[in-house]
Amino acid sequence: MAIWVIAEQRDGELKKVSLEMLSKGQELAEELGTELEAVLIGDEIEGLADSLAAYGAAKVYVAEDEELGTYSSEGYSQVISELIEENEPDAVFFGHTAFGKDLAPRVAQKAGAGMVSDITAVEVEADQLVFTRPIYAGKAFTKSKVLSKPVVATFRPNVQDLGEAAETSANIETVDVDLADIRAKVKEVKQQSGGRVLLTEADIIVSGGRGMKGPENFDILEQMADVLGAAVGASRAAVDAGWREHQYQVGQTGKTVSPTLYIACGISGAIQHLAGMSSSKYIAAINKDEEANIFNMADYGIVNDLFKVVPVLTEEFKKVL
Amino acid sequence: MNIIVCLKQTFDTEAKIELKDGEIATQGIKHIINPYDEFAVEEALKIKEAQGGEVTVISVGDDQAQEALRQALAMGADKAMLVKNPQGDEYAVAKVLAKAVAGMEYDLILGGHVAIDDGSGQVATRLAQELDLPQVNVVTKLELKDGQAECTREIEGGSEIVETPLPAVVTCQKGLNEPRYPSLKGIMQAKKKELKQVTPEELGVEVEKQVEILEIFLPPKKEAGKIIEGEAEEAGKELVRLLKEEAKVI
Ligand SMILES: Cc1cc2nc3c(=O)[nH]c(=O)nc-3n(C[C@H](O)[C@H](O)[C@H](O)COP(=O)(O)OP(=O)(O)OC[C@H]3O[C@@H](n4cnc5c(N)ncnc54)[C@H](O)[C@@H]3O)c2cc1C
Ligand SMILES: Cc1cc2nc3c(=O)[nH]c(=O)nc-3n(C[C@H](O)[C@H](O)[C@H](O)COP(=O)(O)OP(=O)(O)OC[C@H]3O[C@@H](n4cnc5c(N)ncnc54)[C@H](O)[C@@H]3O)c2cc1C
Repeated sequence: MAIWVIAEQRDGELKKVSLEMLSKGQELAEELGTELEAVLIGDEIEGLADSLAAYGAAKVYVAEDEELGTYSSEGYSQVISELIEENEPDAVFFGHTAFGKDLAPRVAQKAGAGMVSDITAVEVEADQLVFTRPIYAGKAFTKSKVLSKPVVATFRPNVQDLGEAAETSANIETVDVDLADIRAKVKEVKQQSGGRVLLTEADIIVSGGRGMKGPENFDILEQMADVLGAAVGASRAAVDAGWREHQYQVGQTGKTVSPTLYIACGISGAIQHLAGMSSSKYIAAINKDEEANIFNMADYGIVNDLFKVVPVLTEEFKKVL
Repeated sequence: MNIIVCLKQTFDTEAKIELKDGEIATQGIKHIINPYDEFAVEEALKIKEAQGGEVTVISVGDDQAQEALRQALAMGADKAMLVKNPQGDEYAVAKVLAKAVAGMEYDLILGGHVAIDDGSGQVATRLAQELDLPQVNVVTKLELKDGQAECTREIEGGSEIVETPLPAVVTCQKGLNEPRYPSLKGIMQAKKKELKQVTPEELGVEVEKQVEILEIFLPPKKEAGKIIEGEAEEAGKELVRLLKEEAKVI
């Protein structure tokens, strides 16, 4: 009996979404009268277990092995599947990240379990977990429950509140690892984020569209983002024009983001763009066309030339931050 | 090289979503091939053109999904299969697809990394597990040689190069290729190609669903926000003040 959070770490650093799931998981476990536990997989990662305990994990299963030093879908899913079989948790939570998306369906199918992906909310109703998730790129939502045991779910990053960290050390259970042949192997990892926060994890996103007029003009967004500690996104029009790389595209065929603040500059607000950013808590838009659809979504709008407004914003943010 | 492509028919991306009796209304909606599955079809055709072999497209869906399969045939796929009137969730769809491919010979299974309607991103990976195959998801570059696939896959803030022996399941992401349009000749030929129809019962698969949808609802209408008046200087200052004092987000 327990709720499990599968912790995600890369290069020895925990992903924020893992801590968000623990914070939420602690509430749910209390309500359901069950335990909250975490699973940590990798090589030389035991030190991270205390952080998981600090956010509420009563126990941390630690699977350490040299072969687990680089992520592999088969290796990691084998470890988790064996743990599930042995300990029969009630629910298993993953982050809806490249890691969780690759791993969770594999684990779920192996367990013969149902799974709800990319959830934005979860509550307890009649002693069961009820998950809310967007469908049709956020044009509708479903509430669903999972009939199997365990219940598998992936949590959209940046949506659940992060609780306070407690001062505690972890109750660790070491997991024996005996891996079968891993076929698909990671040969090389290329990081490109260049020190900036990731779009999918960012609290603030500054995004530019066709209104930016050219790749060089994204400099003014970068400058504003530097002041705010924000990530820089783009519309598909800007990506298709070759001004930004596809990995920075926000929208239905790009990234889904849920920042606290999204600042859209020179973006018209096409339905496919809204699909990726409509769950932002606050939206501010700068567009010189007062009819632009983005103003129907935005909490705050400025109808003006972005090349005049953005530098003012950057200076003002500097003053107040 | 024989390739199977899993293909789902979805709503057009412009479709306006409305509810009727608590369900998504399908009337008057234009349907398309899930855009990511279109990349999968294109990639399969490119591989076939380079190395020979056969491309089979499979869909689990209703009668209407035939259109999507015909379109893939018109693009150049050789054969199609429709598993009709399925019930249930991703678990069930994966079980059905696994049964459908069980008798076929294949070196590679391609699909989309996500379907743009239900968007769960589960089915292809579940299928890989069901068939005990390796999988590589969200792939933007695929190279095949000597029974191996080298895949570049998208991860947060970068990419990974993953190598896997074949057969394997690979899911496609934008950037992999530019899907072709069916030619007139292709459309004519597609009419003569095989489009086999089966039911889950005929495949001998019966699955209970594991996820129950309790409610479908539309997001609350967002009130149009505040338009800040004034010249650039003034409006900019006011926006920063509002973000700090009213929204409290900075
Ligand atoms: C299958 C499919 C998938 C898609 N997926 C995505 C997706 O993932 N993400 C996405 O973004 N789009 C996507 N699109 C494209 C989408 O439909 C729009 O074409 C796109 O979002 C438009 O980008 P934009 O707003 O930057 O450009 P435009 O619509 O051209 O808007 C530019 C805006 O900039 C304003 N502007 C111009 N100059 C200035 C200035 N000096 N100051 C202030 N404002 C100015 C204009 O008034 C205009 O409103 C998809 C489309 C399809 C068919
Ligand atoms: C008749 C019916 C009843 C349903 N009942 C339920 C229900 O009770 N509970 C519930 O939770 N859901 C239900 N669904 C929804 C269903 O679970 C999903 O539509 C389906 O599992 C596909 O998931 P997805 O769209 O998220 O695809 P994803 O997992 O996002 O798709 C990824 C890739 O998998 C492949 N793929 C996905 N679906 C298919 C398919 N149908 N045929 C071929 N390839 C495919 C494609 O390559 C696709 O790009 C029902 C669907 C139907 C048609």
